[in-house]
Amino acid sequence: MDKLLEVNNLTKRYSQGSLIARITLTAVDNISFYIKPAEIFTLAGESGCGKTTTAKIILGFEEATSGAIYHNGKLHTRKEKAWITEGVQAIFQDPFSTFNPLRTVDSYFHETVRNYRLASTKQEAIDRIDQKLRLVGLTYQEFAGKYPNEFSGGQLQRISIARALLTDPKLIIADEPVSMVDASLRMSIVNLFKQLRDELGVSILYITHDLATAYYVSDRIAIMFRGNIVEMGTVEQVLMNPRHPYSRLLRDSIPQADPTKRWTTTVTLAELEQQEYLRQGCRFAGRCPDVMDICKGVVPVDIHIDDVLVKCHKYSDTLVAEQAVASDS
Amino acid sequence: MAEKKAVILRTENLQAFYVLEMQGTKKVVRAVNGVNLEIYENEIYGIAGESGCGKTTLLKTLFNEITPPLRLIDGKIYYRINSDEVDVTSLSAEENRKLRMEYISYIPQGSMSVFNPVLKIKGTFEDFIGSHVNGRSREEILKLAHKRILDLGLPQNVLDVYPHQLSGGMRQRVTIALAASLNPRIMIGDEPTTALDVVVQRGVIQMLKEIQQNLKNTIILVTHDMGVHANVADRIGIMYAGKIVEEAPTEKIFAEPVHPYTQFLINSLPKFGDKTMRDSVPGSPPSLADVPTGCPFHPRCPHVKDICRQKMPDFSQVDENHKVACWLVEEGERHG
Repeated sequence: MDKLLEVNNLTKRYSQGSLIARITLTAVDNISFYIKPAEIFTLAGESGCGKTTTAKIILGFEEATSGAIYHNGKLHTRKEKAWITEGVQAIFQDPFSTFNPLRTVDSYFHETVRNYRLASTKQEAIDRIDQKLRLVGLTYQEFAGKYPNEFSGGQLQRISIARALLTDPKLIIADEPVSMVDASLRMSIVNLFKQLRDELGVSILYITHDLATAYYVSDRIAIMFRGNIVEMGTVEQVLMNPRHPYSRLLRDSIPQADPTKRWTTTVTLAELEQQEYLRQGCRFAGRCPDVMDICKGVVPVDIHIDDVLVKCHKYSDTLVAEQAVASDS
Repeated sequence: MAEKKAVILRTENLQAFYVLEMQGTKKVVRAVNGVNLEIYENEIYGIAGESGCGKTTLLKTLFNEITPPLRLIDGKIYYRINSDEVDVTSLSAEENRKLRMEYISYIPQGSMSVFNPVLKIKGTFEDFIGSHVNGRSREEILKLAHKRILDLGLPQNVLDVYPHQLSGGMRQRVTIALAASLNPRIMIGDEPTTALDVVVQRGVIQMLKEIQQNLKNTIILVTHDMGVHANVADRIGIMYAGKIVEEAPTEKIFAEPVHPYTQFLINSLPKFGDKTMRDSVPGSPPSLADVPTGCPFHPRCPHVKDICRQKMPDFSQVDENHKVACWLVEEGERHG
């Protein structure tokens, strides 16, 4: 099977306001992407771009308004609990709220082992837990009987990764796994993802706003803006040569740890978030440096240039040329 | 630097500990442990370090906001006010209050807690400015607030809305406008951009730099994000376990870090166009309640020697304005 996870035309709408002044926000707007086995795929974007909503729908915490999700070629519906045991696990942003402060951390591991009947004896369970902990650089001895407050944020995040690994998942959905971890310890988590991909063949859906670690760790990336995927392709193509004006803005706004590369230009910030969601045409038109008349009225379509998907009117010439070729043949 | 810059804030062997007593046992958290700083006029001074290294406590101490359980154990803090050096630790509460906003102001991380949620933004402006400026009418204060908001390029109507109606980035910019409203000589920012999105963060940093350039004042900026420091700071102090371990102009710190900790901090950052393996700083930061003996970094340091475990090194000058506290440098000079 070529595609481990496939998301097709996924849409999620939320209604806001009272009966009279009701507005509908499209948090996720008709997005499609897929993840291959042993691949790290990044969904990047700012807060409110719909990346977490996408993750929640894949995990079954939210129901999609429309669209389909396929796992190993099988359609996935929300009610199928089997989906989770079939090898999808999640890691969340705040490791301190993942674990109950009044419970020892190892009790979570034993609970998972029991729930999924992963071991028949206590010793077997401990061996399995120890094996997974060693993957993240810890051992059973140094962790048994301890409470969450006895670990640092970075350690706790690695523990939650070890817990996710207990069921031997094929896909891990990591929602902002490093944003609460100190910059100096971030690389230990990100390197772990690389190791899981290379040694165990685990695929990772890495959801982040941190493009620098995304570039470092992932194979392919999708940049989301106000519910749309505006650019998608390999990290080399998307981040080293961003085509969409928003991807370029996002990339250039990462403060680079190099005093010779200070910003020389200024940025315009968004009006209200909601206004951008409700905007006609391209949602970035209000801030885009290359804005054209067409952008304010017509929603751009997906255009493929060198295997990169771009959603921008700037490249519509390429589209016309493509269509001409298609109609000729 | 050709000319010697004027020092505006200076500390001498500053020690501020949290002293906690619980059921007869005494616990001492050494959050600021012998810090000597000289911060100049008209510069942005960055303080970097991991969480739990005492950055925020150092800022509180510099702001002279020392309330129990935080106690000033030793050392002095001097502000230079109208060419006189004043020891602020000896000031009365009233004198200290007068310095706030007009001489020194504070920009916190969580901007939601700055504004009164049931007052419009202008209400908070009136409260803050009114309590520090005597004998001005409400109209005058509002005029001042309006002018400040316009100068900084914020939309005029922000004064007439409630805090929850603003986005995080806008709220943070209004907080900064409030902190800058009385043209303070020193502004202290505690992770002012950390919870923000990258594009918004860039806008907020842009605004901070603009204020500094207009007022020609001093900004002391604490953040763990080395990228932010690289972009705004003129000089950087690296803090580890309550001590400053290295200090240099920004370009120098990034080009030639000397302390092993600084080297880890800078080399662990991923860069665009470079996918080579990067490692985290090994181990985890020490607890400030139980700081290792000698150089506090020695349990995590790859170049550790016997002397590192016994004695904290003094500062040695790498060159004129680059100093570092590490035995490697000290020994190197002795042998070389």
